Amino acid sequence: MSTIAPVNQPTQPSEPHEGPATAVIKSWKVPIVLGVFTVLGFLLLVVFGRSGTSTMVLSTSSDLIQLPDVLLPTRATGIVVTVLLALITGLSAWMVQTHRKVPLWLISVFAFLLLLGFLAWASADARIPVPGLLFGSLSLAVPLIFGALGGVISERVGVVNVAIEGQLLAGAFTSAVVASVTQQPLLGLLAAMVAGVLVSFVLAAFSIKYFVDQVIVGVVLNVLVTGLTGFLFSQVLAPNASLLNQPPKFERINIPLLSEIPIIGPVLFRQTLIVYIMYIAVALVYYGIFHTRWGLRLRSVGEHPQAADTVGINVTGTRFWNVSLAGAVAGLGGAYFTLGSVGAFGKEMTAGAGFIALAAVIFGRWDPIRATLAALLFGFASNLQNVLSIIGSPVPSEFMLMLPYLVTIFAVAGLVGKSRGPAASGKPYIKS
Amino acid sequence: MSAAQQPTTTPAPTEPAEPSRWHNIFREITTGNAIISVLAVVLALLVGAVMIAFTNDDVQESAGYFFSRPGDLIGAVWNSVSGAYSALFQGSVYNFRRPSFADGIKPLTETFTYATPLIAAGLGVALGFRVGLFNIGGRGQMLIAATLGGWVAFALELPAGIHMIAALVAGVLGGALWGGLVGLLKARTGAHEVITTIMLNYVAFYLVSFLLRDGFLKTPGSNNPKSPATKETAVFFDILGPNYNLHFGFILVIAATVFVWWLLGRSSLGFKFRAVGENPNAARVAGISVQRMYVYAMLFSGGLVGLAGINQVLGTTTSGFGSGIDSGIGFDAITVALLGRSKPWGVFAAGILFGAFKAGSFSMQAAEGVPIDIVLVVQSLIVLFIAAPPLVRAIFRLPAPGAPRRKPVPNVTQEVVAK
Repeated sequence: MSTIAPVNQPTQPSEPHEGPATAVIKSWKVPIVLGVFTVLGFLLLVVFGRSGTSTMVLSTSSDLIQLPDVLLPTRATGIVVTVLLALITGLSAWMVQTHRKVPLWLISVFAFLLLLGFLAWASADARIPVPGLLFGSLSLAVPLIFGALGGVISERVGVVNVAIEGQLLAGAFTSAVVASVTQQPLLGLLAAMVAGVLVSFVLAAFSIKYFVDQVIVGVVLNVLVTGLTGFLFSQVLAPNASLLNQPPKFERINIPLLSEIPIIGPVLFRQTLIVYIMYIAVALVYYGIFHTRWGLRLRSVGEHPQAADTVGINVTGTRFWNVSLAGAVAGLGGAYFTLGSVGAFGKEMTAGAGFIALAAVIFGRWDPIRATLAALLFGFASNLQNVLSIIGSPVPSEFMLMLPYLVTIFAVAGLVGKSRGPAASGKPYIKS
Repeated sequence: MSAAQQPTTTPAPTEPAEPSRWHNIFREITTGNAIISVLAVVLALLVGAVMIAFTNDDVQESAGYFFSRPGDLIGAVWNSVSGAYSALFQGSVYNFRRPSFADGIKPLTETFTYATPLIAAGLGVALGFRVGLFNIGGRGQMLIAATLGGWVAFALELPAGIHMIAALVAGVLGGALWGGLVGLLKARTGAHEVITTIMLNYVAFYLVSFLLRDGFLKTPGSNNPKSPATKETAVFFDILGPNYNLHFGFILVIAATVFVWWLLGRSSLGFKFRAVGENPNAARVAGISVQRMYVYAMLFSGGLVGLAGINQVLGTTTSGFGSGIDSGIGFDAITVALLGRSKPWGVFAAGILFGAFKAGSFSMQAAEGVPIDIVLVVQSLIVLFIAAPPLVRAIFRLPAPGAPRRKPVPNVTQEVVAK
């Protein structure tokens, strides 16, 4: 056991160090993981390969520019993809051997090829609607992305946010009620933000003022919100559903020109207002955290509150307001459930999305862009199963449903490695 | 006797005078943990009462004419709240409407039955907390435990007793494997246990769903995704006879609590666990293999949660199980562990309390139509309030421990005497 002790910096495995004392650590994790996936790919695509033709439908019927369907011979595609996978694995092994870092884009290409091969294999003699697949993925990912952004802001400022689930659920509930009563989806959106902030207030008050363990508060808040919304749903909403639980949904808005771009257009630019807000939120949070004074202060409070305090930053205040902001962002994600996709509030309708968002935060290493990508990955994987169950895949549906979670475990174990959060995240700052 | 009088009776009061014994006891009670816990429960029940009252139809009706007949509103509030809480009590502790004591006490045994898996899983989560690991994977560990143990329980032919032990061991091993996997991943690759436990929850759920539909858990000749019934030879026997549901699992859970108490407080492994939990870097410097401790801790943690899972199959739902056999206990266990402050006997007490809420909530819903969800609210508020003693003290205006006494010993008298 003790021999593997130094393998704690797998993310920068092979930066050559000067000086004789430090040994250069080669991390073989990436090639090993890629190798495992290549073998799996070989087994699936070649050994158990299927014959036939896979059809990828690239355009929807309403598109201005119609792309032709792409026809792939299933078995040949599998063989080509496997060979390419093996090549990339060999390349990564060579890179590690020569003390180079395996770049992220290479891993991305690997993942894309594997996915392509799998799609072709699963859709032998069937048609896969690519825009539909991606559109559904984005829809499923929207609440996860909002939740993950809330998590990133909160954890970057030093407060672990396990309460994302609660914020989403509170947002969903409040937006449904307010939008139903006022018949204004925009007011519902606003109410969802307020609800998220209220949950955050409790989180902030208990963890910042009373120094209660933040994980405890987060977990308990999830239970509290589940109980509260469930209670009110059974007692108040269900008997008066027509008055209190029939919110108007947001209309889809097609953005002129952009929505006509092949493949991307129908996926990204024929969405509801909440999704457009999501694009802006991701960009704003990324820019804000890394390129503004607000972000610098936020990060300094999360990394080293004492130092931040010494230079005159109000640690308690910064934490309090940014945790509230995180709640507002996560609350927006909750509104998507009721105003964007489902159209009514249901008991425990978030169904663990907050925890997936939490996983996306850690998976994305507390970076807004990476966390968004992780959330998109989860959304894609869930929707892939939906699509494949329609065209009838040879794999039992349970294994398809399991796939995203298995891939996440592999990815976290093999590629991400030890993720290091903000240093002071989870620690109350007690000014001495 | 007030402290200010003391200097006149004692001749040489060079140090501050001792307050009377009763005063000390009073202070200990008002500033100690026990009173905070009691008041936290009271506060949470108060909030619950407000919610019950506000959503009660009679209350809403009588509030409409509050100014003409205020007594109606007060009566309606009292009726709704007292009705709900007495139903809660009668469903969880003692039912006064039953003729004999043996019948009346049945709710209490139900409480213990509901508490059994909560305590087992709570111990598992608490053990993880003590090593600095957050085990949200209770659901997956329980499902795998139920799968392995359940399979032993319905598929094998063994003599009574041995069969039960075999199923029990298989279940605990299943939970330990699923938990140990998390520990191994964390130790070997540094994968964060929060991610891996959540992901393994889903993996276990779909795996079990598949096995129930088309695998070795499928009941032959049935399309229901449900396993065959547990064989009689493997079922936990009833401790108090066939009239009560309380089964052998409760004794197992008491044993598990003693075991965890011994493990954490008395064994050298437990010492290492706690050292890693306090400060992994310091533990590493002291020569403890932190990685190995993570694996061991998750093995034990998963095994204890597995005990909860196998308890479901052998004790609670013996007629065959579906993929919802965990019934949320894996998540409830986190709250139980938090309320018990991750101490074995604390978890035990918290589990009993939550078991009582669970048992009582059903009769509350049946008798008064109050949704079960209110129990979640009350439970979470209890944990929140107990975790923040200053808040409870502020609400009830109790003195803080170590804060200056409200009637301080006047220094003036000392100086006067010293002169």
